[in-house]
Amino acid sequence: MIDVRKLIKRFGLKTVLRGLDFRVQPGEFVALLGPNGAGKTTFLRILSSLARPSMGEVRVAGYRLPGQAAAVRRRLGVVSHLPLLYGDLNADENLRFYGRMYAVSDLNQRVKDVLELVGLSARRRDLVRTYSRGMQQRLAIGRAVLHDPEVMLFDEPHTGLDQDACNMLDNVLREVAARGRTVVMTSHDLARAADLASRFDVLSRGVIAASVAREKIDSRDLLAFYRQAANGGIT
Amino acid sequence: MSDNTQAISQKAQAESKDSFGFFRALAAVVWKDLAAELRSRELLSAMLVFALLVILIFNFALELDPKTRSTVSSGVLWVTFAFAGTLGLNRSMSMEKDRGCLDGLLLTPVDRSAIYFGKAIGNLIFMLLVEAIVLPVYTVLYSVNLFNLGLILVIVLGSIGYIAIGTLLASMAVHTRTRDILLPILLFPVAIPVLIASVKASAGFLGGIPIDEIMPWLNLIIAYDVIFIAVAYMVFDFIVEE
Repeated sequence: MIDVRKLIKRFGLKTVLRGLDFRVQPGEFVALLGPNGAGKTTFLRILSSLARPSMGEVRVAGYRLPGQAAAVRRRLGVVSHLPLLYGDLNADENLRFYGRMYAVSDLNQRVKDVLELVGLSARRRDLVRTYSRGMQQRLAIGRAVLHDPEVMLFDEPHTGLDQDACNMLDNVLREVAARGRTVVMTSHDLARAADLASRFDVLSRGVIAASVAREKIDSRDLLAFYRQAANGGIT
Repeated sequence: MSDNTQAISQKAQAESKDSFGFFRALAAVVWKDLAAELRSRELLSAMLVFALLVILIFNFALELDPKTRSTVSSGVLWVTFAFAGTLGLNRSMSMEKDRGCLDGLLLTPVDRSAIYFGKAIGNLIFMLLVEAIVLPVYTVLYSVNLFNLGLILVIVLGSIGYIAIGTLLASMAVHTRTRDILLPILLFPVAIPVLIASVKASAGFLGGIPIDEIMPWLNLIIAYDVIFIAVAYMVFDFIVEE
């Protein structure tokens, strides 16, 4: 579903991604771990077509980036630590706007279903700027799943959320994954990643330093695995 | 090329040639901007208060006799429109930057020029609304009759050019920390041909100069409108991408 080969990304003289290889099978939930500045957000921005690769090959859902970006965007849902929602529109209007942009069919019913999914039906007429951070993030997930994408990218979705909001977000994430979508999520929270993902990849120094499937590692060993990979101990 | 790759490539091409999708996306962006502004009224009220203050200050500062008033009117009007327009352009793009909305727009599978034209049409509607309110107030304050079809035509054409290039430059400036300062610094030098031509053509219509003498200025405004729109159409995609 995602196939990245020898990806290089430079900003001026600084090289952030250094020949990164990354593959994700359909239906996998990959937690992309790594220290600050490792290039996780840059990598997700390339996968989501918001940034161009300097070199290398990137394919998402079979389509090449950046050449077939529109086709990729149609099949992609993105959630970042910012909600990408308009504060002066209510939940219903935000989803309707994005629904029109994605040409979602039967939009009325779809908006209703998505608001139900993220538990915001009762607040659908309230302006988004009156929402708590947790509610905004749940609506952001609603926006991202509105067009029923095949691939979902989550960039540190738990940032700034309290414990209850994180738990609620996790439930929505599980439901999203249970519907067979391919998910890549960056996170600093190993415990939450361990709870959600089917595979853990560590991005360090611009490459995937280590990768392990959920069934091959005990969640108690994840921290040691992460530290060793991030410090260059695993190749 | 394998059959599978070829099929995927053809599907991507077919999807990208959805012209109905272009207008649907454009209309959605315009609707979104109008709906958000209807709620907050931040942009229109700021533009309007600023524009009214400018014409009021000019009125007291210049203390003009009736004859001079009619000759400076076009200059005062276009200074007012240009400054108020810049305020609106800044605010309109800041709204997209808040909560990462610009990324949200860029992630949608629409032709990015639809996003540009949607934003530009929204900005033009706000600027024309402000101008429609400023004109009668100016007429009362300065005792100059501005209800002239030729002048209205110049205002519409001049505003189109100003907004066309302003929306493009605002989408560049929005990525910088100093966007509030940067936009006028970028915009005014580029928009000078349209502003000068608009001032001259407006003065021509207000002074009752024959249309033959005004036409070169009108043609210049139209030419710059076309150039600005064409340039924006060609480069917007590159400007908004990292």
